[in-house]
Amino acid sequence: MRVHLDSEKCQGHNRCYALAPELFDVDDFGQAVLLVEGELPEELHGKARLAAANCPEYAIKIVEETRP
Amino acid sequence: MSVDETTTSPEPFEYVEPIFGDSPEGTHVWQRVPYNADDYGPVGDFATDFDHADPAYNPNAPAVWKQLRESGCPVAHSDRYGGMWVPITHDTVNEIAYDTENFTSRAVVVSVGRPGDLSLPAPIGGAPPITSDPPFHNMARRLLLPAFAPKKIEPWEPEIRLLCQRLLDDMGEITPGESIIDAAVQYAQHIPVNVIGRMLGFPEQDEELFRKFVHDVLERIAEEPGSRDGMDDLGKYILTQIAEHRENPRDDLTSYLLNVEIEGTPVDDEIAAGMIVLLLVAGIDTTWSAIGSSLWHLAQHPEDHQRLLDDPDVMTFALEEFLRSYAPVTMARMVAKDNDFHGCPMKKDDWVLLPFPAANRDPHQFEDADTFIVDRQENRHAAFGLGIHRCLGSNLARLELKVAIEEFTKRFPRYELAGDTRWSVGQIRGPRDLPVRILEVAD
Repeated sequence: MRVHLDSEKCQGHNRCYALAPELFDVDDFGQAVLLVEGELPEELHGKARLAAANCPEYAIKIVEETRP
Repeated sequence: MSVDETTTSPEPFEYVEPIFGDSPEGTHVWQRVPYNADDYGPVGDFATDFDHADPAYNPNAPAVWKQLRESGCPVAHSDRYGGMWVPITHDTVNEIAYDTENFTSRAVVVSVGRPGDLSLPAPIGGAPPITSDPPFHNMARRLLLPAFAPKKIEPWEPEIRLLCQRLLDDMGEITPGESIIDAAVQYAQHIPVNVIGRMLGFPEQDEELFRKFVHDVLERIAEEPGSRDGMDDLGKYILTQIAEHRENPRDDLTSYLLNVEIEGTPVDDEIAAGMIVLLLVAGIDTTWSAIGSSLWHLAQHPEDHQRLLDDPDVMTFALEEFLRSYAPVTMARMVAKDNDFHGCPMKKDDWVLLPFPAANRDPHQFEDADTFIVDRQENRHAAFGLGIHRCLGSNLARLELKVAIEEFTKRFPRYELAGDTRWSVGQIRGPRDLPVRILEVAD
């Protein structure tokens, strides 16, 4: 699983930072910053889905692993 | 036509005395909309005669939205206030919130006064950045954002907690099963006004003044502009505070605002005053309403109250569910240019209400939308708006709401409604009188 953040869509609701601080930080303006790159470890999948499911601006996308 | 008729019928868009301040450019000249509430009376059909200031609206708003949605009316209309449109579904609210070309923010509170063409304050507006359109909006917003970023707001938690505890202490001796307190008047209403006053560095004893100003701006919308002198007083009061802060700068939000620059130029008193108006008006009624509505819910749902006590971590989700179910804020826009919105012929200068609370109850966006689910996992609510005007103070509002609920529910593990709840009138929805009987007091 990978997680993508569209910074253009982010309006700084800070829902992701509250729910998944392991994956998201916020900058001085309150805009989300993605802390991870590449494949997410299994134990963070739930948090990533939760962050995406609570972003009012649909700025977070989850890309599930495509099996070969 | 008799002389009488010609002298008494109002000219459409007749200019009246400015509501708030004045400037050589006429920046703050407002027009009187040809609307007299007395000509209309109570609303019969919200689809064609919508009025959010009808006293029956706020107490019954979720039922009104449901009925409009189920009758296939995604956008209601009204001739009141000189013409007003009201999108009800999440999709239509979202679309207008994002469309800054066809909809301007230069007026965000529907009333009988609206900014005129000659006074076009856009893109700045009287209370930037909420009344600003792009491109000025982003400049003004970036000045304020750092002061309200999560990491700047978190340190206020202990002080807010102490404030809530003090308000609970001030209620005096409570006899379980007998004592009735007003959770809105004695508790909720004091919290945000106190916090924003402290952040701005205004004298604490002026709390009552702020509340009057806010009431004038948000609730007395059908009255003659001249009679709403709270606006004038507010302007004068804030300019006095600004002068005092220029003389004695200190570490507070007002001094911060006076030091920020827009493209190398310090903001002038007028823009700073506009931003302070926004912080006062936007931060007080709104959060007070959210706290009140949440406590109103818990009074009727002891099972949710118990869950919060048993499992404090559930607050992460409960907080957002309170905000979704009882979002206090409906914003407004004005139509910037004639456009056809899904078959609605919108004309320039028509009002558009943006009921984010209605969007939050749309079953196409939320499962069991009219049910409060204390640990709802998927919750993209729009309580703080959508798009570029996302509530600047959302982190502060959340913190105040969370701490206020936590302290109240801990102190009073059981309480129930005790009499009639009186709801606000207008765009901010929440209880103004909330009598509750305390059934249990924590040791």
